[in-house]
Amino acid sequence: MNTTAVHVLDILLIISLLSLAAAALLTSDARRSVILFMAFGLVLAVAWGRLHAPDVALAEAAIGAGLSGALLLAALREQPRRALSGDAKPVRERERERTSIDVTLQLTVTLLCVAVAALLVWALAEAFDRGPQDTLAQAVSETLAASGVSNPVTAILLNFRAYDTLLELAVLLTAVLGILALGPARPGYQAAGPVFDSLVRWLVPVLILTAGYLLWVGAHAPGGAFQAGATLAAAAVVLRLAGHRTAGLPAGQTLHLVIAAGVGMFLLVGLSLLVLGRPFLGYPPAWAGGLILLIESAAMLAIAATLVLAFLGGRPQPAAGLSGEKRQC
Amino acid sequence: MIDAMSSLLIVSGLAFYLAGSIGLLRLPDLYSRLHALTKADNLGLGLLTAGLALHAQDLFVTLKLVLIWLAVLAASAASAHLIAQHARRREKQS
Repeated sequence: MNTTAVHVLDILLIISLLSLAAAALLTSDARRSVILFMAFGLVLAVAWGRLHAPDVALAEAAIGAGLSGALLLAALREQPRRALSGDAKPVRERERERTSIDVTLQLTVTLLCVAVAALLVWALAEAFDRGPQDTLAQAVSETLAASGVSNPVTAILLNFRAYDTLLELAVLLTAVLGILALGPARPGYQAAGPVFDSLVRWLVPVLILTAGYLLWVGAHAPGGAFQAGATLAAAAVVLRLAGHRTAGLPAGQTLHLVIAAGVGMFLLVGLSLLVLGRPFLGYPPAWAGGLILLIESAAMLAIAATLVLAFLGGRPQPAAGLSGEKRQC
Repeated sequence: MIDAMSSLLIVSGLAFYLAGSIGLLRLPDLYSRLHALTKADNLGLGLLTAGLALHAQDLFVTLKLVLIWLAVLAASAASAHLIAQHARRREKQS
């Protein structure tokens, strides 16, 4: 492909992104807005690919477009029921109240977004002014050999800045505690018909296989625990939509173990290294590859469980009898 | 020779996409729009995949391309069915 064709592609991408974003914001129908947002996420993933950031592109496609879309649609599904129940006020008064809150909220959020965008533009201009600064990239590529992996993104996430990732997982764990505190999840969807069921039967195993592949390939190519966890969660969302109430999540104690696995494995490895006289999470180069894979495997399970619980919106309820659950996964 | 064949395949694939998109915009109701979209996209993507596979360096890349096509085939067939089923149920209710 020559450069003009590439430029045309980039400009088309930018125009699609801006018009999808505008359409998603301006449409009055919430469902349409969510679907446009998912399309926006997919085009954004292509844009990340064009910026040579395949790791971000994968994460955007899986989490930004796929799972966030599923979450928003699931939230939308609950909306009318919430609005109808309770609340004894007359409809018109409630409407008026809601609109005034809505307008204030919209204005506040818009102003905050504009402020953040202005800050980002300023930071970007500042960065361009200083010229290319690849000292950090250079430092990473110089020490990459000792990190145990050959993908610089994984080396940063799981080795050089492992502490940050540990804290990110701790944030996810806190979120899960909040979700579990919401009480039992709603019973969910009716059992799938034959066409959807036959899709689920081969799609879910393929998704699980893909998650394993993404986890493994993260050591030397784009991939890793977050992308793999999101793919695994997508498999569970498909199961849930097909009428499996628990979405393939284990029950009781096992679920708690899986949720805590990411932070737990991180701490276990870090503290064991401390006992052996190494710094916290300072892997010996010879073991680094294995330790990173160990932590990432646990983190993948925890991330997947977190995302699925967010989709369920509460503690999974195993089927009481035969309803829904046709096949155990 | 290979370049010419792959260009021909890709361009004919794009023609199907164009037809599908026009169908999506112009056809009167949901069912015919679904029909235009899924059928045209499946064949269009198949031709596109074949065109790209001719350029693939090794068998592994070709296999991946075919896998992507198969996954899209299954997903679009099933989702078209689900959308149509949902619409039909809603029609029956009203």
